[in-house]
Amino acid sequence: MEKIYDMVIVGGGPGGYTAALYGARAGLSVVVLERMAAGGQIAMTHQVDNYPGFVDGIDGFTLAENMQKQAHRFGAGTKYAEVQKLELEGDVKRIHTDSGLFVSKTVVIATGASPRYLGLPNEQELTGLGLHYCAACDGMFYRGKTVVVVGGGNSAVADALVLSRIAKKVILVHRRDTLRATKVYHESLQKAENVEIVWNSKVSQLMHDGRVTGIKVENVHTGAEQEILCDGVFVSVGRQPASKLVAGLLALDEGGYIIAGEDTVTSIPGVYAVGDVRTKQVRQVVTAVSDGAIASHQAEEYIAAHDE
Amino acid sequence: MSVIAINKENFHKEVMLSEKPVLVDFWAPWCGPCRMVGPLVDEIAEERDDIKVGKINVDEEPELAAQFQIMSIPTLMVFKDGEVVSKTMGARPKAQINELI
Repeated sequence: MEKIYDMVIVGGGPGGYTAALYGARAGLSVVVLERMAAGGQIAMTHQVDNYPGFVDGIDGFTLAENMQKQAHRFGAGTKYAEVQKLELEGDVKRIHTDSGLFVSKTVVIATGASPRYLGLPNEQELTGLGLHYCAACDGMFYRGKTVVVVGGGNSAVADALVLSRIAKKVILVHRRDTLRATKVYHESLQKAENVEIVWNSKVSQLMHDGRVTGIKVENVHTGAEQEILCDGVFVSVGRQPASKLVAGLLALDEGGYIIAGEDTVTSIPGVYAVGDVRTKQVRQVVTAVSDGAIASHQAEEYIAAHDE
Repeated sequence: MSVIAINKENFHKEVMLSEKPVLVDFWAPWCGPCRMVGPLVDEIAEERDDIKVGKINVDEEPELAAQFQIMSIPTLMVFKDGEVVSKTMGARPKAQINELI
């Protein structure tokens, strides 16, 4: 018979590994199931400056990897496996993966989110051929070139700033007339002389000759179209929750986020949702790790009550 | 087999003239997703005798990066008899990398 874990965590980002750290330290048997490698979205972040304790900031991948190592130090395990199907009802949860079955008393869903696409034809074919979702990864290939950044939130503006130090010119295309990004970014953006902002506009077409050659943008008020020639396009228009696995099992909101409060409790007893996949106001590393600690505590209490 | 560091000097011999198919990982140390994929590529190198595995650091080998028009990393390419037979960009789970070969 399979080993029955106290806690199986699906997803190896900050929320998942913090749940693992707290769970392992509380004496629970814990395994994290991760499809690729520790990290999740922060692995795409060049520098994390808003996670306290790192005076000069830290690169996202190292931060994630450290969280994994710290959880391992207390006995949590990691299995590189892709979860295919979940059976969450009842006292014993069954997690089917491409590397076999895992059985557990509790399950923490820490699957996070992935970048949102523009939703344009050719988008998939052009990905990596001038169309990018990770400025920290691919920005270096645009030294001295002209690039477009699409979006107006923190990630988009951070991307524009990273790129402004590499590219000749950066054009930020945003569908509103103000940026959603936090104030700290506004000043840096004004100082960056090679950044131009195109307001009230959305991308209507990707122009290409096999590689991106430019975009067409449409003014959201007037409908007027204009062409912007560029060498590359970096998309940063928010994210979508990775909740497909639990659709039909757990209650989701219209956006696809798992409905759970600050206590991380979902619609099924013994199942918790942490980090970006959960309904919440502030999606940050610091709130994901907080969720992880709370979920672990909830799991501990649930197990104690059930083992009585 | 261990992973071979590929550079412009040994590229022809190690990749183009290789008897076995070669999985090549174009990467850079500052790229998070590359660091996610790196250990998976190492594991594949350990596990498979039927292929050769090499890594090209795009910072140190800009000529090779340009030759293969690398614009996004990590890029994984499989060479057979000196030709690129499959490629993928971005971090991928191990099973998907194995399927490339």
